[in-house]
Amino acid sequence: MDLRSRVPAGPIEHKWDSHRFELKLVNPANKRRYQVIVVGSGLAGAAAAASLAELGYQVSCFCFQDSPRRAHSIAAQGGINAAKNYQNDGDSIWRLFYDTVKGGDFRAREANVYRLAQISNTIIDQCVAQGVPFAREYGGLLANRSFGGAQVSRTFYARGQTGQQLLLGAYQALARQIGLGQVTMYPRTEMLDVVLIDGRARGIVVRDLVTGAIRSHAAHDVVLATGGYSNVYFLSTNAKGCNVTATWRAHKRGALFANPCFTQIHPTCIPMHGPHQSKLTLMSESLRNDGRIWVPRTKGDTRAPGSISKDERDYYLERLYPSFGNLVPRDVASRRAKEMCDAGHSVVPGGHGVYLDFQDAIQRLGRTTIAERYGNLFEMYERITGDDPYQVPMKIYPAPHYTMGGLWVDYNLMSNLEGLHVIGEANFSDHGANRLGASALMQGLADGYFILPYTIGDYLAQARLGPVDTTHPAFADVERQVRERTDRLLGVRGSKSVDVLHRELGALMWNGCGMSRTKAGLEETIEQIRALRARFWKEVSVTGKGEDLNQELEKAGRVADYMEFAELMCVDALRREESCGGHFREEYQTPDGEARRDDDRFSHVAAWEWTGENAAPKLHQEPLAFEYVHLAQRSYR
Amino acid sequence: MRLVLHVWRQAGPEGAGGFVRYAVADASPDMSFLELLDLVNETLASRSEEPIAFDHDCREGICGSCGVVINGRPHGPQRATTACQLHLRQFRDGQEVWVEPWRARAFPVIKDLVVNRSALDRVIQAGGFITARTGSAPEANAIPIAKRDTDRAMDAAACIGCGACVAACPNASAMLFVAAKVSHLAAVPQGQPERYARVVKMVDAMDAAGFGACTNHGECTAACPKEISLDCIAELNRDLMRATLLPPREGKTWSGAA
Repeated sequence: MDLRSRVPAGPIEHKWDSHRFELKLVNPANKRRYQVIVVGSGLAGAAAAASLAELGYQVSCFCFQDSPRRAHSIAAQGGINAAKNYQNDGDSIWRLFYDTVKGGDFRAREANVYRLAQISNTIIDQCVAQGVPFAREYGGLLANRSFGGAQVSRTFYARGQTGQQLLLGAYQALARQIGLGQVTMYPRTEMLDVVLIDGRARGIVVRDLVTGAIRSHAAHDVVLATGGYSNVYFLSTNAKGCNVTATWRAHKRGALFANPCFTQIHPTCIPMHGPHQSKLTLMSESLRNDGRIWVPRTKGDTRAPGSISKDERDYYLERLYPSFGNLVPRDVASRRAKEMCDAGHSVVPGGHGVYLDFQDAIQRLGRTTIAERYGNLFEMYERITGDDPYQVPMKIYPAPHYTMGGLWVDYNLMSNLEGLHVIGEANFSDHGANRLGASALMQGLADGYFILPYTIGDYLAQARLGPVDTTHPAFADVERQVRERTDRLLGVRGSKSVDVLHRELGALMWNGCGMSRTKAGLEETIEQIRALRARFWKEVSVTGKGEDLNQELEKAGRVADYMEFAELMCVDALRREESCGGHFREEYQTPDGEARRDDDRFSHVAAWEWTGENAAPKLHQEPLAFEYVHLAQRSYR
Repeated sequence: MRLVLHVWRQAGPEGAGGFVRYAVADASPDMSFLELLDLVNETLASRSEEPIAFDHDCREGICGSCGVVINGRPHGPQRATTACQLHLRQFRDGQEVWVEPWRARAFPVIKDLVVNRSALDRVIQAGGFITARTGSAPEANAIPIAKRDTDRAMDAAACIGCGACVAACPNASAMLFVAAKVSHLAAVPQGQPERYARVVKMVDAMDAAGFGACTNHGECTAACPKEISLDCIAELNRDLMRATLLPPREGKTWSGAA
């Protein structure tokens, strides 16, 4: 298989412009003859569905939630980056590009990242035009704040609800197209497989989650905007419904899965409280603007934080990284928190927590200013923990949050399967081995509003697709396989709930393929996953029937896919014998505990091909060249 | 801690439905209310009984998926808190807790605690947006917006579309939901061109969806997990009056038809 990235030639600052000119166009009158399926209605999916419909394509959009407005993009708190340089602090497209490539620890495609930085400014314009209430200065102009991994202030925000406001903007644009009849919306509908005809994606098979009906939908192009796979860890900051199913089933039909071991563990989440916990809650990275992270200098110091004096505290990020301080990138902040806790400095019984303290900021700026910046986050923290962060420091600990890996796509965001485009968190493209804060919203909207609408036309104009409808035998065949799988899940009739087995998988992954990884640990975890997967198919209890709203069946299907996917994650982590970004192999670190890359052997994208049940996946490599940002060890000191 | 739950079980839209009692002996005050339902469901699943169906997703109070009436109050007893963020420390040991779905004609029950809220989407589809085709936007800082206005817009835009306002209203009106969007978009300059057409279309869609009329009880704002202000309803009414009483300009009706 030939992995063609289709990155255009020429200087990096002209690549996207010249490429857009080269892309074939579809005549306006012909656009309405093309049907496009968009799976997922988050920032990428809703933006794509709305924009494609505005262009005149016939769009069908699918989401498993009861409304497209509920996709998990809605929970993003902190902000969205753009290179506007409104703060006059030296920002530029070039700097955003540079920061993102460096922040990703040199494992992203340069041309994609440069394009993302270019588009970032247009996104802000678009969102403001939709009425997104970004924070503003008293003069009426847009405000910015700082985020990790950057020394400029380039993050636009709407209180602590930026994702919500951006998603509602995209959702409202989508709603308008639904109202106009350009988009047919299928809520409470889950994609369970992709249908290929002559090697091209020509449709999907879905389950109506209310009636249980299995149905087919045909189209000229299928766009997956189905998010990431952090829930492989069971406990993560993702919504409960977030799943790998759409991308994994596409993988099993031939789409390559790239860099699955690149996962992001977010440093500032509320620590676990007990065995029944169902998810972890993020506290926005923006809090690190004003909050100071510390642990007691003395191991096992159990005094209340207020009785520990300043010189008995270790502000370890400020000590280790004087130039970035508390605003080091997420992977670095998470790893150091784990290190301090493993060394016995945890401030939470059980060894998993550090302080994030606002006392200094409250003294300096006053309670009102802090409330204005973070009020809703402080309230949320208090609701969950019962502690008031205005009075006592927050306790935080890292948690799985985002996945940089995803389906492999070329510069046009098309997977190796023709007619299957993948956008947003579901693809692997722009963040390398670590995503910087406030870049996920940027990428989702860039893909959906400003990249896919051009590149999809190029594919459709050239593919010369014949008409296909759901009477084609390929649909009946895939439908039958989907029904068999559903029947199989319902037929196990074991005694363990889906959640119990999912928790077991999560614990395996967190311990073996979480914040730090080792060869021996990964090999053992792979064995354990195989054993657990076998047990899943004997022990799982899925009650009820298929022809009904059946939430256990929905969960079971997703967890069954995680059971397979988890192994690929570990295989990828095991093979990547280096540390980079969020992928930290204990064997490969510098004397002062930083990630040590091996650019000679691993400066590439690892894209895996499914070769069958119980068969080893096949590796394909796309080499990464760094012509503009020179390979160097990241330093935030 | 111990709790006694009485949960509404209903097999389908046509079924009769009724309360079923579940005694929970091993809850923890640090659990969220939905984690309590998880716990009940795990027990049910292990006995091969059908778990309680309920909508939920983000579990951090922002997606608007969850929503049940707890002891007569949408989202339960805590101010400004969704059911997923409600923790059991808000309850007494041994307390009896009654759990029901949203009850409104426009929200038919699908199963157990799950209702169909697509009527809210239809109201947005009718006009709850600013028409701004992708690509056509001017420079973001070209139009300054007073901080006061953007703050007001954000207050209203914080609505999560959960439907608690409808469940709380004696008339099952969606007025607070509709008003939140009307107020948000009316507070910013970008929302002005469609301002009066929008309010008419959205109110029409609300009526068509089978929601009741607003008679200013104010139960909605008391139940709202995002504390959307009743002022939004006053703003909606003012804009609706203008739209229907003032003469439209340039020979066009406010509903946008030429």
